[in-house]
Amino acid sequence: MALRLPRIGTSQIVALGLILVANWIVSPQFFDIRVQDGRLFGSLIDVFNRGAPVALLSIGMVLVIAMRGIDLSVGAVMAICGAIAASLADTHSLPVVLAAALGAGLLCGLWNGLLVAVLGIQPIVATLILMVAGRGIAQLITEGRIVTFTSPDLAFLGGGSVLGLPTPVVLTLGMMALTLALVRGTALGLMIEATGGNPRASALAGIGTRFITVGVYVWSGLCAALAGIVASADILGADANNAGLWLELDAILAVVIGGTSLFGGRFSIILAVVGAFIIQAMNTGILLSGFPPETNLVVKAVVVLTVLLAQSPRLGGHFAGIGVLFKRSKSGGKRS
Amino acid sequence: MNLRALLLASAVSGALFSVGAQAADMTIGFSQIGSESGWRAAETTVSKAEAKKRNINFKIADAQQKQENQIKAIRSFVAQGVDAIFLAPVVATGWDSVLKEAQEAKIPVVLLDRDIDPAGKDLYLTAVTSDSVHEGKVAGEWLVKTAAGKPCNVVELQGTVGASVATNRKKGFEDGIAGASNVKIVRSQTGDFTRAKGKEVMESFIKAEGGGKNICAVYAHNDDMMVGAIQAMKEAGLKPGTEVLTVSIDAVPDIFKAMAAGEANATVELTPNMAGPAFDAIIAFKDKGTMPPKWIQTESKLYTQADNPMAVYESKKDLGY
Repeated sequence: MALRLPRIGTSQIVALGLILVANWIVSPQFFDIRVQDGRLFGSLIDVFNRGAPVALLSIGMVLVIAMRGIDLSVGAVMAICGAIAASLADTHSLPVVLAAALGAGLLCGLWNGLLVAVLGIQPIVATLILMVAGRGIAQLITEGRIVTFTSPDLAFLGGGSVLGLPTPVVLTLGMMALTLALVRGTALGLMIEATGGNPRASALAGIGTRFITVGVYVWSGLCAALAGIVASADILGADANNAGLWLELDAILAVVIGGTSLFGGRFSIILAVVGAFIIQAMNTGILLSGFPPETNLVVKAVVVLTVLLAQSPRLGGHFAGIGVLFKRSKSGGKRS
Repeated sequence: MNLRALLLASAVSGALFSVGAQAADMTIGFSQIGSESGWRAAETTVSKAEAKKRNINFKIADAQQKQENQIKAIRSFVAQGVDAIFLAPVVATGWDSVLKEAQEAKIPVVLLDRDIDPAGKDLYLTAVTSDSVHEGKVAGEWLVKTAAGKPCNVVELQGTVGASVATNRKKGFEDGIAGASNVKIVRSQTGDFTRAKGKEVMESFIKAEGGGKNICAVYAHNDDMMVGAIQAMKEAGLKPGTEVLTVSIDAVPDIFKAMAAGEANATVELTPNMAGPAFDAIIAFKDKGTMPPKWIQTESKLYTQADNPMAVYESKKDLGY
């Protein structure tokens, strides 16, 4: 019969498509792609390449939010891990550099997880601690200056390419696939949703909620570490003052645009990543448009508002007539 | 004979001593904003070195970006009875009462790097600052001279929207190129003064301007954004420094490395040596009562590839940038 759109995710994918078309209207060469030094080169590629750090953060963030938590520290963890990677890059081999940076991210996540799961501190407060302190730690590591490196191995993670695709995009897809396999390939995803929906009932049903809580924060820390490495590798240096600054908010926004509720429960990793690319498509579009920079934030706010309104179940009810096209069920559809 | 020689020697040395003594006995307190940027760190390092050169007992209080800490530091300097106070004000307002306290104690105050609200003009001796409009103008004039009458499309990487430095450097550059109809700004966006944003914005400029073929020059409000832009140009297969001219402001060490590699053309220095002229003004004021002008403008020196960039890099790299 007629073409059936998936029940969930339609609004996000339509939004991404519309923004890409809008970009093409303001900048006709938007979809032009050529090969430059063995890698694909074009504005569309930029959207995915520049969106990679926030997409990585959103992969970890979506799990945390599904558990009814939040991780405000990811931007600072990016700065810490980027600083560690850049400081070690010229004196150590790539595996050592990666192990140190990812290990630091893991420790940061463990710290957050313990504060939340063991000490019972509210997630927003617990992760606020590391959000503030973490940037200071990063500044201590870099001694307040921009630490630069020349190691081509680490630079490859930011500026290199695999089969023409920029490495950050490949890393993001890899991390997404790994997370999906872990969460959706096992009962873990179900347990996360159950715990997010009702922690007490889940614990009584025999789910190790405490262990899973620590686990999701560790995963978020790991994703942030990878994002920090990518950000450092991109500019061949670690800028502790600015790396990952305010990106925790973009990551939360990506998760929310992706349809995951801040009250926990149902979540979609793929749509969170789509949400991150929606944000970046918007940023890239604004840069290409030639609008004066003073309008950047207003344009962004209007687009975000529109995307979120499109998802609102109440508003959706009013537009039920038009909504037939989208075949959105009133209950919000099932998880992806 | 011997006694006379001894007396003479002691008189001579005494006279010598008293000349140097003015500076050597001088204690100056400096309320520094904090370590907000590499430039700020370099300013602290250079200030210490300049004080040592002049044998001045120099005390630095780090305010960690907080005005209340600066006010506390000034009060404690007044209580210690220092000879002069240097202040790098974190904000422009709210200094009246504490500066009056210093004035009543007859301790001259010199502002470094930033000015305060005009209402407080008579509360300090002089302000040593750079003119950021002038910095932009020097950059613009260099580009007009280098373009030599040929048509030149410029893309501009602005600093943070709303920051006075960004507004001024933009205005100055526009003044600098005002007389040359061949040089015009075709695109202007904010890169937030950071490398990462500078790179991202430059990537989009390159795509919007036909793969960079229509770009003749890049002007960045600071060197960090330019370092990012240079990477973006290289990744796009362009040759910054030859195909695309670059001019930026600040003169941080890394831009000299790029200049030495032929990938950057020019930078205008925001000197970290604000304390040097301030010390000289204070010494002249204390020794001879010379009243300094209300505003001492630091030099906005232009550096190009011809100025031995590698040597400048070596001299700047340990300043804490």
